[in-house]
Amino acid sequence: MPATALVLAVFAAGCIPAAWALAGARWPRRSPAAAIVLWQALGLGWGLAAVGALAALGTAGARAGVAGGALSLASRVLQGRSVAAGILGLRLLAVLAGLLLLLLLFWILVAASAGVLRARRRQRVLLSLLAHGDPKVPGALVVDHPAATAYCVPGLRSRIVVSAGALDLLDQAELAAVLAHERAHLRERHDLVLLPFTALLRAFRWSSVACEAHACVALLVEMLADDRALRHRSARELATALLRVGAAGGAHAPTGALAVADGTAECQVAVRVSRLLRPAPRLRAPALVLVGVLAAATVAIPAAFLAMPF
Amino acid sequence: MDVLWESRDPLTVRQVSGRLTERDLAHTTVMTVLDRLAKKGFARRERDGRAWRYRAAATREAYVTELMLNALEQTGDRHAALARFARSVSDTEATALRRALEALGHPGARDGNSHEHGQSTVSEDGQGRVREATGE
Repeated sequence: MPATALVLAVFAAGCIPAAWALAGARWPRRSPAAAIVLWQALGLGWGLAAVGALAALGTAGARAGVAGGALSLASRVLQGRSVAAGILGLRLLAVLAGLLLLLLLFWILVAASAGVLRARRRQRVLLSLLAHGDPKVPGALVVDHPAATAYCVPGLRSRIVVSAGALDLLDQAELAAVLAHERAHLRERHDLVLLPFTALLRAFRWSSVACEAHACVALLVEMLADDRALRHRSARELATALLRVGAAGGAHAPTGALAVADGTAECQVAVRVSRLLRPAPRLRAPALVLVGVLAAATVAIPAAFLAMPF
Repeated sequence: MDVLWESRDPLTVRQVSGRLTERDLAHTTVMTVLDRLAKKGFARRERDGRAWRYRAAATREAYVTELMLNALEQTGDRHAALARFARSVSDTEATALRRALEALGHPGARDGNSHEHGQSTVSEDGQGRVREATGE
């Protein structure tokens, strides 16, 4: 098997245990932003390596390297030169498979975005009909329902929504903490950070790695928003708001609602509360640099193998 | 929509206009809005002679429920279109959270008698669950 294809295949396969290692690590909670960057690098590196491994199979031996070889193969096909059966045909097949995978990855991203946009549009329309303002939560909308919840609808026309139940449950300081948290999500477009992982989860629903990656990044994004909210409010206010909303969850759930059974995973709310009330020290500069280098390498290595001539 | 939800019978444009208390809207404006609501599926209309009669397609509660089901992740927010403040928890987790709340010195929402824990710390055990331990 050609060397480049082998290296890329091993790299792609290696991304899986690396993902599990990152999922089980404790340090991400100390610097969620750094961990998110690493997750993104891991996802991108895996994509490059997987597509690259297939393309490399097809262009083995081409002196121009994987990218160059694929291009020359494409030009040969387009010029109508006979792509004889046997080795050349198999090569073409491999390159096509790589291209297909690349297109698939782009497609799931597009499809996920479309689904998200549709769901948000529906939310905004319903909110315009049902929600109203309230002086207790300036800048946010209130929906008359006893279940305590708060969320935001990201996007160009973003909204922050608080339920009437949450309004009754939380005091002024806690409400302010909730608003600060949601505003952080909107300001820093955390939804865009999470989107690729949501797309991967939708496409590879059966894959436990995809599930774990999505859950980890989602939690890290919440922690990031918690940190940003701490710039304006105290940790205690945010923690009690979290505890109240979390503990009340499901008390007045609409009929027909299913209970969320998530026995194996850690309780996200509990993890966030502990983190707020007993914060671990942030990662220091050398550790952050190390993470940065690791992330850069995760993307650069497959990219290099793809681009460089043999 | 509020006017439509409050009425039990289908209404004509004129009747809707009459019931709108907030502003003096032109008849044509009301007609346009009702037309748009019907096109979006929020209102249904039926002919009554020469006029249309409008009624709400679903109750207010139904729409609020739809909003809340999305928000509470009950429909499985596969799109991850929203960012919830606190994720839904199971019953056992909710109990643990309530205990932690009391340990912090706040009475739980449902629990009338909160125990005086004095100095308590909220800490993580090996699985990251919040437990309260009584200190001095």
